[in-house]
Amino acid sequence: MTVISTTPDTATLTMTIVADLAAPPKRAWQVWADPRQLERWWGPPTWPATFVTHDLVVGGGSSYYMTGPDGEKAHGWWRFLVIDEPHTLEFEDGFADEEGTPNPSMPVIVGRVALTEAPGGTRMTIVSTFADLEQMEQLVAMGMVEGMTAAMGQIDEILAAG
Amino acid sequence: MYNHMVAQQMERSAADQIFAALADATRRDIVTRVLRDESSVTALARHYAMSFAAVQKHVAVLERARLVTKTRHGREQIVSGDVATIRAAARLLGQYEEIWRGRIGRIDEILAAPAEGETP
Repeated sequence: MTVISTTPDTATLTMTIVADLAAPPKRAWQVWADPRQLERWWGPPTWPATFVTHDLVVGGGSSYYMTGPDGEKAHGWWRFLVIDEPHTLEFEDGFADEEGTPNPSMPVIVGRVALTEAPGGTRMTIVSTFADLEQMEQLVAMGMVEGMTAAMGQIDEILAAG
Repeated sequence: MYNHMVAQQMERSAADQIFAALADATRRDIVTRVLRDESSVTALARHYAMSFAAVQKHVAVLERARLVTKTRHGREQIVSGDVATIRAAARLLGQYEEIWRGRIGRIDEILAAPAEGETP
């Protein structure tokens, strides 16, 4: 596992994750920038993500949904706040209804991704900032859905299938 | 669906109370201390540059969130950490962490795979 550290902080309502990736920042940037690559990792194997739109410009955004084991769909949206290819990406991530319209009663997290050159590739630091305690708790509830499905074995199949 | 999931884990208001209680540095410190060793409110108060009443208030917030329990021993109130609640709170945060561990594992696999129709 290449995850170096994870630091939840209930005081600042952030979760910081540091990981080392075996590719240069330019290549690592692609897993965020290319929607086809993004949808291979954003959702867990049992809730794969489909990015309908992915407009990687400041003020632009994405529309995506995750499909559950029984075919149910969970819709989400992104809005890009900062883009500095291939080093910095900052975006809001929220929930949407079936039509893709943002749902204001659901949590919005701000994710800040930093990709810096490191020996062997890239150090990726992701800071997730929650708006308030209630949202942090809601988000964690989301985690329960995903947390149950850390079936890494399926990834090989996905990659083998191309 | 998600609310249903959370209900299984912990009452929503209970989780809010836990995180609110832990959002304060003094209260986190109190929890850390009484987890190691139960302590009277008087003894706890010696560690902080604040009044006994202020420390007592912090303890009350922690008690409401069920992070600590208070028992009376003669004239002293003994505070001890509630391990079950603290574990539950840590588990909630741990689950968000798990999402990202899963994602990074999948990113690793993508980066390790030969590029498909891309220039390296």
